[in-house]
Amino acid sequence: MTATLSTPQIPHGTRIDGPDKVTGRARYAFEHPVDGAVYAWPVQSTIAKGEIRDTDASAALALPSVLAVLTPDNAPRLTADDPELALFQSRSVAYRGQLVAAVVATSLETARGAADLVRIDYAEVPHDVTLTPDHPGLYKPEKVNPNFPTDTEAGDPDGAFAAAPVRVDKTYRTPGEHNNPMEPHATIAWWEGDRLTVFEATQGPSRAATIIAGVFGLQPDQVRVIAEHVGGGFGAKGTPRPNVILAAMAARAVGRPVKCVLTRQQMFAVVGHRAPSIQRLRLGADENGRLTAIVHDVVGQTSTIKEFAEQTAVATRHMYAAPNRRTTHRMVRLDVPTPAWMRAPGECPGMFALESAMDELAVATGIDPVELRIRNEPAVEPESGKPFSSRNLVACLREGAAWFGWADRDPAAGTRRHGLTGTGVAASTYPARAMASQALASVEATGHYVVSIAAVDIGTGARTALLAVAADALGVPADHVTLRIGDSELPPAMIAGGSMGNASWSWAVTDACRALREQIRARDGAIPAGGLSAHSSTGDAIGALPDHARYSFGAQFADVRVDADTGEVRVPRLLGVFAAGRIVVPAMARSQFIGGMTMGLSMALHEESMIDPQFGDYPNHDLASYHVAANADVCDLDARWIDEDEPELGPAGAKGIGEVGIVGTAAAIANAVYHATGIRVRDLPIRLDKLLL
Amino acid sequence: MQPFQYQQPADAAGAVATVAATDGAVFLGGGTNLVDLMKLGVEAPGLLVDVTRLSMDRIEPAPDGGLRIGAGVRNSDLAADPRVRAEYPVLAQALLAGASGQLRNMATVGGNLLQRTRCLYFQDVTKPCNKRQPGSGCPARTGEHRNLAILGGSASCIATHPSDMAVALAALGAVVHVQGAGRSRALDLAELYRLPGDEPDRETALSRGDLITAVELPPLDFARCSAYRKVRDRASYAFAVTSVAAAIDVEDGLVRDVRLALGAVAPVPWRARRAEQAMLGRPATEETFRSAADAELAAAAPLRGNAFKVPLVSNVVTAVLSQLAGSTR
Repeated sequence: MTATLSTPQIPHGTRIDGPDKVTGRARYAFEHPVDGAVYAWPVQSTIAKGEIRDTDASAALALPSVLAVLTPDNAPRLTADDPELALFQSRSVAYRGQLVAAVVATSLETARGAADLVRIDYAEVPHDVTLTPDHPGLYKPEKVNPNFPTDTEAGDPDGAFAAAPVRVDKTYRTPGEHNNPMEPHATIAWWEGDRLTVFEATQGPSRAATIIAGVFGLQPDQVRVIAEHVGGGFGAKGTPRPNVILAAMAARAVGRPVKCVLTRQQMFAVVGHRAPSIQRLRLGADENGRLTAIVHDVVGQTSTIKEFAEQTAVATRHMYAAPNRRTTHRMVRLDVPTPAWMRAPGECPGMFALESAMDELAVATGIDPVELRIRNEPAVEPESGKPFSSRNLVACLREGAAWFGWADRDPAAGTRRHGLTGTGVAASTYPARAMASQALASVEATGHYVVSIAAVDIGTGARTALLAVAADALGVPADHVTLRIGDSELPPAMIAGGSMGNASWSWAVTDACRALREQIRARDGAIPAGGLSAHSSTGDAIGALPDHARYSFGAQFADVRVDADTGEVRVPRLLGVFAAGRIVVPAMARSQFIGGMTMGLSMALHEESMIDPQFGDYPNHDLASYHVAANADVCDLDARWIDEDEPELGPAGAKGIGEVGIVGTAAAIANAVYHATGIRVRDLPIRLDKLLL
Repeated sequence: MQPFQYQQPADAAGAVATVAATDGAVFLGGGTNLVDLMKLGVEAPGLLVDVTRLSMDRIEPAPDGGLRIGAGVRNSDLAADPRVRAEYPVLAQALLAGASGQLRNMATVGGNLLQRTRCLYFQDVTKPCNKRQPGSGCPARTGEHRNLAILGGSASCIATHPSDMAVALAALGAVVHVQGAGRSRALDLAELYRLPGDEPDRETALSRGDLITAVELPPLDFARCSAYRKVRDRASYAFAVTSVAAAIDVEDGLVRDVRLALGAVAPVPWRARRAEQAMLGRPATEETFRSAADAELAAAAPLRGNAFKVPLVSNVVTAVLSQLAGSTR
């Protein structure tokens, strides 16, 4: 394949850090040996709303190995903009499980045990944790994540919908979901004077250093964040969480390095999650399936201390052509943990609703769902009128249909009883962006190259991909290059998030390496004794990008089997076909696509953070009761991609692939379940009780 | 987790004597449930008496036929035993449907029988639970109870017993051998477990110091025609939403004998005797099986969130028995 890199020193399909990981040599944040480290363990609130009247740490402090107990009574003052990071700065409790105190002790077990001995006296007041579509507290946020308009409108959507010969008007619901990366949030923190160093499980060392510095009133260069290996994040490690503030605060309090790792149960309250959504979709179409009106109204929730307004309807703004259209987002502040990014925030829940509704429209019009989508393909971005830099949804649908064997499909639903089987399709999309990053490429007199950037490999294979990119740009074998990442002291870089990590980093790395290669060429290959180096910064180039619409697209096809006696759904086959610009390292890309699709399958069938109105928390706060897909749930899972030339997005032309794989999967499965059973499940997950016939 | 002592006694008598005489002492089998509960603060034993090295790890023919299974036999070994696989396939299937390979390698027969409910409120010490803290209340009835009991529950507790293995043993009429401080005795599996009533903290007929030493499977020829069907939300590594253990003996198209037990629907492994009675002598047809299941479910007291288990149990009982009856023709 000409579009991909061939780097002979990196055998196909392998990761350069693979041997370190499988042998345990790779160190994750909590695993670094640090002399004299002690342990911090948080105390969580046991009420969902109220005030801390009093704290009593005497029993905990009486234990000989307890060094300190931090509470709102004695915690040092912070300068945190983010209320979630303003640890122990207030006596108010905003949700059950919020961190209200912490114990520091010489062993982890003692710290944990002593945390149970810290007495917190609360003045509890009634809480409200239940999202309803007509909640009296609904309000219109000023923008939705990260800075999209809250509402958009064009034409006369209400009139066009009312006049449409074919109408779909349905409400879809997605539950709360938790990111649940394998590695829990973990920190080791220590101070040397006014300089703070942390080993941190983070998706972005540069941004983490800046934010942590702000919380402690420091300059960014006074904080060093090291993240050599990170065991997944899915957005939950995109910015610092309370664990790092706690570790740093505790380290300062006791004057020793402090380790802090959250339990899975603690993570359900304090590291973010995907908030539930209630989405009303109205599609109006003519008899030929051409959309005349699209209306997507979203109700979401956030906490009382911080607004995170998920951009659930934004994908609806660019998916399909229709002259009359509206999207809206309304929020309620509830006494719940603060939601945050989870893989494809916005697109993932929103496309479940839109792509389910498109399937309902296909049924209503009798038009094949692949064909229906093709008929509504827009020539330009529907709301803005901007041209697409590249858009190949139709190619994904057509090629996917051919690979999947879609042409043989019997469109009738619920007729294949006895071993009920069905197939479904849904489209996928995700923005293609890059953010300013810097890189440094240098060469020593020996001819050995070092390429540095504060990127981070959270399990995506970024370390391998960037090495391949660097070697390719330098025109040297990969084993002539040392790649340095995972440290905020390296040239600052975008986080591993928003599917922008590799796109942003590879741009900066390529620029630096090409500039260095140019220097070497200018010297006819003679490298001076002091070596040479070249620095890149992509901010100007990214700022100068043409004002075009840039997205990845994909088509997801699902084959499901439903047990007629039990309603159990299994997915024998999933196929995703993606158009995501240049695929830099195929093996890593495949992992990202099928990982996203697996998470989408998990969303479709399993994942639900149940909210208990009695206590205001997520009672299923462990991996025994919060189900994510197991290996046995995943059968024939295939991801393919089409060759796509993305002319604008940096020298690599890569659109980012971390999130497009999860978008649309749940709708494809729900649509297949409808095809199998005749039952339309509009509220995820598709548990067996919803299909008992 | 609170500090605790750990002992490895030399023999069963010593283990029994130690636990009987020591406040806060408990037996430790594979630890796959107990250690989790200790981490959660649900259990805080002062002394763990390890009973995994007491030579209770044999599977041998019982004197009057059948099979005697040491209480220390690991779940993996029991599932792989050729006699179990051939003569009591329902048991092998139930074991393999439970947990994960790693957990089955650790979990013992005795410990599996005595594992605790996975009710979310029982496992969270910051919340009330009548089983964990008698008299504190039961939030499950008004809260999250999708996977809790529809049969045998009480106003004070609707927790379900989580074991797969025990459901198969209930169907097979297993006998539990218990060594106590004063005496040794054998009791039917059905006698081992207590329904919650107003004392949900008392789950079994065992007294402090009583050690399960073995489980005996009585000879049951038609157990060769038996099966375990576990319905679960996730394809593996999930507790049952409903399970059915069944064995059936069909002669001339009529049900000569049948064993039926249900899992994940009651505080105990639920032997469906009413359904069994309803099938005896009747034609081995779907109609018979479904009306028998419905007879058992007449006593069901479902709640808002678990009412689906009533039709689900009916469907699965009918399907499993129909399949077994079909395979014997």
